[in-house]
Formats: sequence, C-alpha cells, structure tokens
Amino acid sequence: MRYNVEELVQKLIQGDKFATARLISLAENDPTTAQKIISLIYPYTGRAHVIGVTGPPGSGKSTLVYRLAKEWRKRGKTVGIVAVDPTSPFTGGALLGDRIRMQELTCDDGVFIRSMATRGSLGGLARATKDVVRILDASGKDVIVVETVGAGQSEVAIVRIAHTILVVLCPGLGDEIQVLKAGIMEIGDVFVVNKADREGADETAMQIEDMLNMASTIRFNETGWIPPVVKTSAVYNRGISELIDRIEEHWRFLKKMDKDIYFRRRVEQDVIEALRSKIEQMALNHVMKNEKYNELIEKVANKEIDPYTAADIILNGVIRSEEKEPEENE
Amino acid sequence: MSSTERKIKVLIAKPGLNGHDRGAKVVARALRDAGMEVIYTGLRQTPEQIVETAIQEDVDVVGLSILSGAHMTLLPRVVQLLREKGMDDVLVIAGGIIPTDDIPKLKEAGIAEVFGPGTPLKTIIEFIKKNVRRKG
Repeated sequence: MRYNVEELVQKLIQGDKFATARLISLAENDPTTAQKIISLIYPYTGRAHVIGVTGPPGSGKSTLVYRLAKEWRKRGKTVGIVAVDPTSPFTGGALLGDRIRMQELTCDDGVFIRSMATRGSLGGLARATKDVVRILDASGKDVIVVETVGAGQSEVAIVRIAHTILVVLCPGLGDEIQVLKAGIMEIGDVFVVNKADREGADETAMQIEDMLNMASTIRFNETGWIPPVVKTSAVYNRGISELIDRIEEHWRFLKKMDKDIYFRRRVEQDVIEALRSKIEQMALNHVMKNEKYNELIEKVANKEIDPYTAADIILNGVIRSEEKEPEENE
Repeated sequence: MSSTERKIKVLIAKPGLNGHDRGAKVVARALRDAGMEVIYTGLRQTPEQIVETAIQEDVDVVGLSILSGAHMTLLPRVVQLLREKGMDDVLVIAGGIIPTDDIPKLKEAGIAEVFGPGTPLKTIIEFIKKNVRRKG
C-alpha cells in the first residue's frame, strides 16, 4: 500500500494520530522520505519544548517520564514521548520495553508515545530521532520528552535535539558519579536524584552539587545557567511538581536569552549537521563509482597497501577527475 | 545501509486479567533475536490499550498471549478495534492456552494463526515472515 506524504502531513498538522505514526515510520525507514516530510512540516515546527532524559540504566528514567507526563497533563499540556532502546548489533533486532512503565498514558488523547530502536546509531539515539521530534512538534505537542538509551557515558547526541536535559541519577552510585563526569555530567541542565526514598539520596545530591561547583564546564559558563539538583521518587510520585517547575524555569531562561546566542545557533547546527551527512553521502557515492575502487579494496585485502594509502589514492583520483570535468554535477 | 533497513515491528501484548507472561517474554525475545523490533507493553492490557499502542507504534504484527480463558471475548475485540481504526493491514496472531475447538472461530474472527504450548519458536518466526504485509 502506498501512502501520500502530502495528505499525511495535512492530517498530522491537525493532530491525527494515525498520520503521526505513519509519518514517523516513513522517516525512520528512509532518509529521502524523511527529508521530504521535514521540508513539508518545517514551518509548523519549533513550538514545542524538547526535553532530553538521560542517565545510567536502572536510574528510573521511564517511570520518571511517566510521572512527568501525568503532571504536564494536569497542567493542561499535551505530551509527546520518544523512548529509545538499543538495537542488537548481532541480530539487528530490538526489544522495546519502555511502555511497560507508561501503560496508563496509552489511552490519553493528549499523549503520543513512540518507541525507537537505535538501528546502529551511536550516541544514545537513532538516526531519525530528531526527525521524529520534529514530527511530534508539528502535530502540536506542547512538550516532547526524549528518553535516551541508558548507557551513561557517551550519550551526548541528545544535546543537539533537546532544549533542556535532565540527567537522572540515583543513590548508591557512589564513586560512579566521578566516573560519569566526563560524559553526561557536563550536559545536564537539571540534575535529578531519583529513588530519593532510598538511603543516601542527600549524599548523592551533595556529591552532584560539589561536582557542579568544581566543574567550570564550558556549557554552563556560556549561558550562565546554574543547573539545579532535584530529588524525586518517581514510584511514590514525590518531587515531580518541583522538577517540572525547574524544567520550566530553564525554558523561560532560554527564551529570555538573546535569540542570536541560542536559537539561531541551534538552527545553524542543524544546517551544518545536514550538510555534513549529505557531503559524506555524496562523496562516498561518487568515490565508490570510481573504477579503481574495487581494485584498491582488493589490494588492501592482499596487504599490498594499507587503508589510508587506498583512501589517498582514491581522493587524489577524484580531485584530478573533478578538475578535468568541473561540470560533473549537472 | 543497516540504518535504513526496514524492520518488522511487532507488538506483543497480554490482554485481560492474568499475570503470567513467561511465554510472551520468550516469544518477544525470540522475535528480537530473529531481527525484529519488538514492543512489549506488560501485563493486563485492555483491547483499547493494545490497539492504541499498535496505532502509535505503527506495528506490522500484533501477537496476543492469553491464558485466562477470555480469548473468545478479548481477541475478536482487538481485531474489530484494529479494523475500526483503519489498521486492517496488521497481522494478528495469538498464543497461550486456547482449546482447539475455539481456533476455527478465532480464525473466522480475523486471528491469522494460533500457536499453542510447545510450538517451536521457529514456526512463529517463519509464519510472521511469510505473512506480514509490509507497509509502503
């Protein structure tokens, strides 16, 4: 069955769930279709507050997202949730279980939840996550929450998608907080000590505050925002309202900032990112068409040359042939 | 490129009021290991919740695990709701404790196949791969 993207986009803008879901699948499955979708919906994006939720596995991210969504609904906001789980690098399959903690939200018309598998992407998100956020944005959701894969250290891809990042930790991590500082500790706009009903929550909160005081990290100095530390117990529904207050405070802070410093720079990053992936794709497509390409691979396989030398030979060849026929593109 | 490969998306759900999901979890893992993207939603789902999830996740397959005896009520209801919501291209299969006498009636109601206890996992995987209707 074929679907008409224009028609689906018309329905999406009116908030239709079926169209939202189908457009997300199309964007996930094919970058070319994704581009078409984004070009149609882009004027309708940019309204939602996008919140990233990251932190080590078992810190309670899914339950926290569920509680936050409930609280936002109470405050009259609509919510989109994107829950990312890892794809197995061996089988290509994935088990997506974040909805287990969010069952009660399923039949609320003001909430749309989508599970995503990383499909080989690194950095805690999938290739299409940003596009999925844009689709939910265009569907009219006020708040969009992106829950990353719970890996801990290197999931910083969320920085390019979310306005406000929650780093969720819990008591008992101990020295691990020190280890985490190089990765996710630098990206948090709001730090959450979840499972605060457990022993050691105050110590954990203090350790985080110490770390934040010590770390003169670039990102904070840039904006002047001092990340607060909030204690919550998602299971017992405690601290959620305060956490949302802090999240909204950060949003107001960002909106008060000079548009040139913040929003314009983000848009520029989007353009650079799009450019980078297109240049890479274009260059690779071009290079792989080169007649010498297979021959060189063969040579590397036979250990006659190394991969770097092969790359140099290919590039030199490409540059020379470009000089000969500069009209190659059109 | 592996990142643009199309995956079979499956929702494994437990309709109704029983708390045993060992079977559902085993099937979910087997399908994952067969390269599918499997969404598991946990216990005690209403047909409405299952169908709502199937819509939001835009799945190709819904697998229903039921051991409570309420299959003649709950399973046809899921199929009916899916059709009402325009999700008529979804493959619906069932597993669990279902008397053989009921199977023809369930098939008539739109359940594509029923897999009882002892079904080799490979049979389920192959059935899905052969019968799934990919969306374009």
